[in-house]
Amino acid sequence: MSKGEIVMGALAPHPPHLVYAENPPQNEATAEGGWEELRWGYERLRDSLSEKDYDVIIIHTPHWATFVGTHFLGVEKFKSLSVDPIFPNIFRYNYDLTVDVELSKAIHDSAAEEGLLVKMMENPDFRIDYGTITSGHLVNPKWDKPIVCISSNRSKFYFNSELMQANMIKLGKATRRAVEASGKKALLLSSNSLSHRHFTTEPEIPEDMSKEHITNHNQYLWDMKMINLMKEGKTKELIDLMPDFTEQTVAETEAGCLTWLMSALDFPDYKATVHAYGTVIGTGNAIIGWDPKKAKI
Amino acid sequence: MRDDNVCKGILVPGLPHPLLCPEKNEGWQRVRDAYEKARLELEESGAEILVLYSTFWPSILGHQIQAYPEPEWTYVDEEFHDLGSIDYKFRMDPEFAELAVTKCKERGLHARTVSYYGFPIDTGSIVALKLLNPENKLPAIIVSSNMYANRAESIVLGKSVRDAIDASGKKAAVVVVSALSNRLHTVEIDPKEDRIHSLKDHEWNSKFLEYLDKGRLEDVSQLSRQFHNEARVPKVVSFKPFWIMASIMGQNNLYDGNVLAYEPICGTGAAVVTLTPAEDTAGDLEYDEDDPEFYKGDREVLDFYDQPGMGPLEERDGD
Ligand SMILES: [Fe+2]
Repeated sequence: MSKGEIVMGALAPHPPHLVYAENPPQNEATAEGGWEELRWGYERLRDSLSEKDYDVIIIHTPHWATFVGTHFLGVEKFKSLSVDPIFPNIFRYNYDLTVDVELSKAIHDSAAEEGLLVKMMENPDFRIDYGTITSGHLVNPKWDKPIVCISSNRSKFYFNSELMQANMIKLGKATRRAVEASGKKALLLSSNSLSHRHFTTEPEIPEDMSKEHITNHNQYLWDMKMINLMKEGKTKELIDLMPDFTEQTVAETEAGCLTWLMSALDFPDYKATVHAYGTVIGTGNAIIGWDPKKAKI
Repeated sequence: MRDDNVCKGILVPGLPHPLLCPEKNEGWQRVRDAYEKARLELEESGAEILVLYSTFWPSILGHQIQAYPEPEWTYVDEEFHDLGSIDYKFRMDPEFAELAVTKCKERGLHARTVSYYGFPIDTGSIVALKLLNPENKLPAIIVSSNMYANRAESIVLGKSVRDAIDASGKKAAVVVVSALSNRLHTVEIDPKEDRIHSLKDHEWNSKFLEYLDKGRLEDVSQLSRQFHNEARVPKVVSFKPFWIMASIMGQNNLYDGNVLAYEPICGTGAAVVTLTPAEDTAGDLEYDEDDPEFYKGDREVLDFYDQPGMGPLEERDGD
């Protein structure tokens, strides 16, 4: 068996608005469009993936929050309806997906070897979180690849960002090791926004773009700071700044997804490709790809 | 018992263990038994509608109120999925939910009903409704807990719900779904070894329960910020359940409190407490009278000459 590899990593945020705006058949709600810059960014990300050959998508998601360890999906098929608890008016999505349970279990075991507390989720009635569904749809709307879905352990709440990051760095390493041992080619997704202070009201037409902007300038500056570090390949500095960034902008990086991704990619020192930056009800969202092939150029 | 449109207040914990596996820990079983006692109290209270406020249901866009007539699902908790699935079918009161939204808007809040098949009702609401209202005898509404809301917004939310109750002409029971201290064990524990996560958490829980046992609802409401700092993992900006409960029930200490259980569930402080409006038998402390809306003369709360702390007037003082 040849060595497995991570063919690409991406920051792939999950505002359900982006799915809503595209009117896919799976979603019950319909829109007149909206958030084009981000949606076109996802198009560019999909284009960049079209030349890549990969077997599985591994998603680390903020919306499956666990407090006792990190959990992994351990059932092969899930088919149900995902209704967003915050935005049920725009996201009611019928999903039908397959899980690569073998790889899921392999990452689980590898994380256990790193000393992390881990658990397989084996209840077939489990409902997949809307973060996974949204990022999964936007990257691969055909759902023709199996996924691995990793919960976000919320140690930041109980301890601090530093401990959370230390664990996510272990989890990233464990993920990389398991992928390599599996012989599979994997796409990794960090399913999170950057700055995350929402508006607390919604326009009458959710896709009314005259109402969309960043919540405050502070968030914008922080988002740019972090994105520039990614563009410059300074991902270790990015990790160092993450606790401050997370605190200052109540960023969704609190879930650890991005730290996990950076670690799984072994802290890229090559340039990331920024496909888009835009806001969704005031939060900052960037679609960014890391192609390890570029590291070798 | 004082006649009031809100005839019962009930605090319950929301983790699924008392519903799904009470037999694994004697304390969880006692919480389950307490739920049953609270259910009986509720049945005898004359309540015609249940108003749930669940700290397990966060919202961002103002306040959401569940209005789907008969939500039905097979539910699995995202953390405790190995305890099994929960089949549920509930009965909501869409008309009352709309009325509550109208009243919220009248007081300047951003609010809306949610009424969608498959909406993910939270674990806490499911556990509370299954155990307190198993046959759906009472129609219910569920009110979300806004992540960013602080005291003023929470108090206004409670008052708005109260407006709706008064306008409906129905007797209501308020159910607040919340842990006291909320620090979970972050490692797997043997259920038999469950304990409150820290002594400090336990002491704060005990302090709150001492007040609640005396029916001093407004006192615990006033101490919510301190409790948030001392005994809560700060996932949201503030500890709101008692602000909500007090502002719906009447911002005073005029209740008969009944602490039916207090036990650890996975490290958190799980209490079942009922509050029943009491006759005017208050003591001499703040908020021991009802929240005055119209002036009808002062209540003689403090008898100046009997105040032990004041002592006699000094002989050479004055005249
Ligand atoms: Fe999110």
